[in-house]
Amino acid sequence: MARANGSTSKANSFALQDKIFGYSTQFFALLVLVTLVGIIASLFMGSWQTLSETGPKFFVTDTWDPVRKVFGGMAPLWGTIITATIALVIGVPVSFGIAIFLTEMCPPALKRPLGTAVELLAAIPSIIYGMWGLFVFAPLFAETLQPVMINTLGKIPVIGVVFQGTPNGFGVFTAGVILSVMVIPFIASVMRDVFDTTPPILKESAYGLGATTWEVVWNVVLPYTKAGVIGGIMLGLGRALGETMAVTFVIGNAYNISPKLFEPGNSIASSLANEFNEASDPAHLSALITLGLTLFVLSFCVLAASRWMLSTLTKREGKRT
Amino acid sequence: MAFQVALGDTAVAEVATTKIGIKNLNFFYGTFQGLRNITLEIPERQVTAFIGPSGCGKSTLLRTLNRMYSLYPGQRAEGEINLNGVNVLDPKHDLNALRGQVGMVFQKPTPFPMSIYDNIAFGVKLYESLNRSDMDERVEWALKKAALWTEAKDKLNQSGLSLSGGQQQRLCIARGIAVKPEVLLLDEPTSALDPISTARIEELVSELRTDYTIVMVTHNMQQAARVSQHTAYMYLGELIEFTPTAQIFVKPKDKRTEDYITGRFG
Repeated sequence: MARANGSTSKANSFALQDKIFGYSTQFFALLVLVTLVGIIASLFMGSWQTLSETGPKFFVTDTWDPVRKVFGGMAPLWGTIITATIALVIGVPVSFGIAIFLTEMCPPALKRPLGTAVELLAAIPSIIYGMWGLFVFAPLFAETLQPVMINTLGKIPVIGVVFQGTPNGFGVFTAGVILSVMVIPFIASVMRDVFDTTPPILKESAYGLGATTWEVVWNVVLPYTKAGVIGGIMLGLGRALGETMAVTFVIGNAYNISPKLFEPGNSIASSLANEFNEASDPAHLSALITLGLTLFVLSFCVLAASRWMLSTLTKREGKRT
Repeated sequence: MAFQVALGDTAVAEVATTKIGIKNLNFFYGTFQGLRNITLEIPERQVTAFIGPSGCGKSTLLRTLNRMYSLYPGQRAEGEINLNGVNVLDPKHDLNALRGQVGMVFQKPTPFPMSIYDNIAFGVKLYESLNRSDMDERVEWALKKAALWTEAKDKLNQSGLSLSGGQQQRLCIARGIAVKPEVLLLDEPTSALDPISTARIEELVSELRTDYTIVMVTHNMQQAARVSQHTAYMYLGELIEFTPTAQIFVKPKDKRTEDYITGRFG
């Protein structure tokens, strides 16, 4: 009897432990939700003045004049989207190439050192990228590639306007290039990791039909790993949208909307970094917080878009039931 | 080269020409030698089974026949494998063309992450550019050959993963024959399947041998006895015995073969 009692009380204490463990994990999970709601609420409260006074016009006004107290967020929003787009247009294909090489064609002796090098690139603090952009890349770009691009690509009718502007090395394009270097390690290492999860036997089946490496990667590996690949790209996009220091150093910091990518511009993050300290006026401060809220909503939209993309891609593969 | 084949009691004599002639084949995983001096002639339009305990090299031998090993650095084969009299181990031999001639099916079903239709069209598109109606015809032909048409014809646009395990394996066989190969390599094709699906695959293999030369690795000696006309017994990277199936199970020549098939080891 005593033994039976003993085991019951032991069981009870296990049940209690499980309960405590369950509640504490639940607490941490809820903490995330509370933090999120708190951030959204404080962003809304901070931006209330601008939202109520200017309203949706804030997003289509391109003037930003703290002296006259006219604040329009279109220029930083435009700059954010354009720099992130440039970063992905350059970064995604390069990352894809790196990941294919590392998983499919790299000699085993090179696989680890190269993979580690890519990961180390991700560990470099963004301020270093900013300094590298300011002191090394921008002057070099202004001297060498930029004049060539203006004289060749810039001469193409219609789309040529994109490659025009002052060849001083700074501007939206430079910021986009720096961002692409910063997002490549993220995207490439995620792509490499998910490509490695493709079962060898699945790849062998495609090779066994006589497919080339490219055909195997494009038709089998990529569809198999699409969720991870899109996740990796979104991770990169998230970094590109929110990156502050590196962009602030090279983008030129002008409230300017121009199709010319070599002109200076501004991004949401760089505006905030530049002006938050000096914003003593409540209207100015509120406008800056509204920019912050915009960035938050933009990131949210990116996440939603990636989910939507994933579900359409899965549908294209055919129903699974 | 002619083979006298005795099939059970009926003692049917069949004459077959050699499809794949393997001569003095050695295979290395880095420094480890996986195959030792294999010489073997695989007859055309018959089923040849490779049996033997795990690690004996039967899968390795199969994977040399379409040079699948060449995907992996450090693996190499020496000797000759003559397909229709042409040495496919010659580095100058076109690998993609070889794989068009020699199809392969694996231990586990490996449908590609795409629709049933595209699974079959994928391989065909690598070699031929067919218009839509010709491709439809080819897909139907391959699925019928693989005895999957009646089950799959109403859901060609559904994912290949929506099929059951046995159906997926038949889809892989259909995918393999859609490119019209001459040889089919089956690497333990039923090891992941239930007995009913296994029986269907075995039936299918017996039907397919009228058109294709089939080489099959199996762990299951009964399976080798049921579907193959020739059996090769391998042990520690060596070919111990290669005879008509009816003979190897009744009267093995080698003591080691006898020990294995009577279950004394392995």
